[in-house]
Amino acid sequence: MSMIFGVPLAVLSGQLLIGIINGAFYALLSLGLAVIFGLLKIINFAHGAMYMLGAMTTVLMFDYMGVNYWVALFLAPLVVGVFGVVIEYFLLRRIAGQDHIYSLLLTFGVALIIQGVLINWFGVSGLRYTMPDMFKGGVNLGFMFMPYYRAWVIVAALLVCFGTWFVIEKTKLGSYLRAGTEDSQLMQGFGINVPLLISLTYGFGVALAAFAGVLAAPIYSVTPVMGSSTLIVVFAVVVIGGMGSIGGAIITGILMGVIEGLTKTFYPPASSAVIFLVMVLVLMFRPSGLFGKEA
Amino acid sequence: MNQPVNSADIHKAIVEQQAAQDRKKMMLNGVLLLLLLAAPFIIYPVFLMKILCFALFAVAFNLLFGFTGLLSFGHAAFLATGGYTTGYLLSNYSGLTTEVGIIAGTLTATALGVAFALLSIRRQGIYFAMVTLALAQLVFFFFVQSEFTHGEDGMHGIPRGELFGLINLEDNLNMYYFVLVVFIACYLLVQRIVSSPYGQILKAIKQNEPRAVSLGYNVDRYKVLAFVISAALAGLAGSMKSVVFQLASLNDAHWHMSGEVILMTLVGGMGTLLGPVVGATFVVNIEYQLSQGALRDWVDPILGGIFVLTVLAFRSGIVGELQKFVKKNLG
Repeated sequence: MSMIFGVPLAVLSGQLLIGIINGAFYALLSLGLAVIFGLLKIINFAHGAMYMLGAMTTVLMFDYMGVNYWVALFLAPLVVGVFGVVIEYFLLRRIAGQDHIYSLLLTFGVALIIQGVLINWFGVSGLRYTMPDMFKGGVNLGFMFMPYYRAWVIVAALLVCFGTWFVIEKTKLGSYLRAGTEDSQLMQGFGINVPLLISLTYGFGVALAAFAGVLAAPIYSVTPVMGSSTLIVVFAVVVIGGMGSIGGAIITGILMGVIEGLTKTFYPPASSAVIFLVMVLVLMFRPSGLFGKEA
Repeated sequence: MNQPVNSADIHKAIVEQQAAQDRKKMMLNGVLLLLLLAAPFIIYPVFLMKILCFALFAVAFNLLFGFTGLLSFGHAAFLATGGYTTGYLLSNYSGLTTEVGIIAGTLTATALGVAFALLSIRRQGIYFAMVTLALAQLVFFFFVQSEFTHGEDGMHGIPRGELFGLINLEDNLNMYYFVLVVFIACYLLVQRIVSSPYGQILKAIKQNEPRAVSLGYNVDRYKVLAFVISAALAGLAGSMKSVVFQLASLNDAHWHMSGEVILMTLVGGMGTLLGPVVGATFVVNIEYQLSQGALRDWVDPILGGIFVLTVLAFRSGIVGELQKFVKKNLG
């Protein structure tokens, strides 16, 4: 069997694949954070909880209502998105004029509530979600085995990332969003309903997180605590990439997933820490982040 | 008819008013001190020590958050580093007296604080919170994988030992008065820092950083120093906590703990001296009461609810709202 740096090619490419998949999740989650940050100027600490809600909704809808994967792929983000709009309307909006630190703390409190309540209902052990039949199995690419579902995750995540980029950069709605990022008061003056736009933006951002949750349901263990540890990694990714550009968030996400995968191959003990170490390096040598303009 | 106003009289009146206020404060502090001295005869001393350790932790955090305006989401790292270092030294080197272990723990946390500060200071606002959270997670992973922390089990049976080789700390009362002395010393230190010219600059940075820069202050240096002092005191709190409970565990390093100290400070009143102490007392009590009753599984959601409620309705916290009330109605 062919070897690269003393590691079998199949193992290396297998870890790379897992890395790319993890990276796709990081990309989706940091993209949602960036979208929310753009207009609301807050970091959504409840983002991990929303990702978890997406996965939990998928599992529960299947268990209790027999809702299949494809329907869940649309329904779960919709449900979580509406939930997000409710949170924005009833909570975040009330402190919109205050220091942004408060909204960050508010979302942290919301995350504690959501996670705590779900732990009480379902415990911390994982719920089981069976993969749709059509995704069972995979294809042998010669140098590695590619499970169908993993291929689908990469394709779906990239499609959604690209779609979001397209909407924000190339459409009328996106131009409103970008204008709102620059000067929301002026835009209100032009007769655009900014509060509605803010609600929808928050809803859309958390829907992206929920979408990632649905994708994660068949391959990761679905538990109420799955969001919090992932979120901290995503924060590091966001610090590394900077939230200045949508494209930057996507590229950094995937890149960090790959680096994590490679570390797992060559030096497993460091794999959970490597992204944080990269963050330290970036802070030392390029404090504004790889793609960031702001300090 | 207008009386001619003598500026000396005005000055005298102000001085008298000031003196009256100071007397009031002194009396309040005296009463508080008496209460603290008498408390262990009424309330279980270990519970009081728990409150004092967390109060010190929150006071340390408040120096950074309340007075400098920097939201660290990683203060658990210092609490845990202090605790583990002290625990490791006291468990493995029986010749060490307790205060040496505590000082060593504090110094290690201080060194970590320097590293955190130099890195996180490069980003501002929300990024600062994220950077500190990520760095603390790195420290958490280190403690999870290290042998000496005993991972999930935690470090048990840390000997309390003897203070200066003289005072037996196994005795809860001795231990309590030691913790109390350290706590009061730190509280007075923070009070001194906040009211010093240096503290004024910290407040200026909090209120308007660009202006502080344009006045010629090297803002980063002040921020780093505030961060390091805060980390040192948080480490001291962790060291003492590990001696009091004879236990150092991963709980102290978890992001949850960083969130808890934010809650304590916020509920008590950020930017006030007494606020974090009141907040810590409040949160520790609530957690204890809940853990005894039917709601014992609901501690986290309830804490989250308090978080949300405080942010929405009582941003100045208990002490802050009281101060406002006193000013409005009695002042």
